[in-house]
Amino acid sequence: MKNSMEIKFKAIVENEAFARNVAASFILPLNPSLSELDDIKTAINEAVTNVIVHAYPNSTGYVTMKIVTQDNWVAISISDNGIGIQDIERALTPFYTSKPNEERSGMGFTVMESFMDKLEVKNTKGGLTVKMLKQIEQKAVVGL
Amino acid sequence: MQIKSRIVKETLYIMLSGELDEYTAPTVRKTLDTLLDTQKGFVQIVMDLSELSFMDSTGVGVLIGRYKKMKECNKPIFITNPSRNAERIFKMSGLYEIMPKIV
Repeated sequence: MKNSMEIKFKAIVENEAFARNVAASFILPLNPSLSELDDIKTAINEAVTNVIVHAYPNSTGYVTMKIVTQDNWVAISISDNGIGIQDIERALTPFYTSKPNEERSGMGFTVMESFMDKLEVKNTKGGLTVKMLKQIEQKAVVGL
Repeated sequence: MQIKSRIVKETLYIMLSGELDEYTAPTVRKTLDTLLDTQKGFVQIVMDLSELSFMDSTGVGVLIGRYKKMKECNKPIFITNPSRNAERIFKMSGLYEIMPKIV
């Protein structure tokens, strides 16, 4: 069965836990393992953090999170209307950070790439969109 | 997010519990720095992450910051009991090369 959701929330740090926990609740019917759920929550948090830290340097904007589930696949899109990324290839390089004085590891995209099955980062007309795919392992369902 | 500490035989044990993300990181940085500045009588630090229920790469930045601070006074930091995801992030980032994992 195909299911989908979309939410828009303010790009502020207070909303990070909200975003990852909403996503986890939505994905639960697919019966993911705890590890799979943790992978998805971590990847979503990295993407949302990127928006909060980089997308709106002079204002506060919004994050849009869309999730589609079908069979055992989870497709996630995190987008914003911010300034985008000038050099996406460079931003995807492990340890690269545009804010080296802020104790940032520069590992955000590397974590998303490692924890999910597919990652796509694109500048759009009005901001940046990060799309991620994750396959949930099929488990045998034992009935009575 | 809760941070507890105790000193046993010149080792400062720091227990982090809760969720470490961009929202909690500033408080964690501040609390850890105050602890490291005010506690006396320790020669090394062990960060116990067994109660840390969530952490993303923000945690690496926080830990590297404390590593740099303690490097100035030659006090090594060790990591113990990371979650599966924290372990993956630490291995990916090479954190264990400067803050080794102990069992």
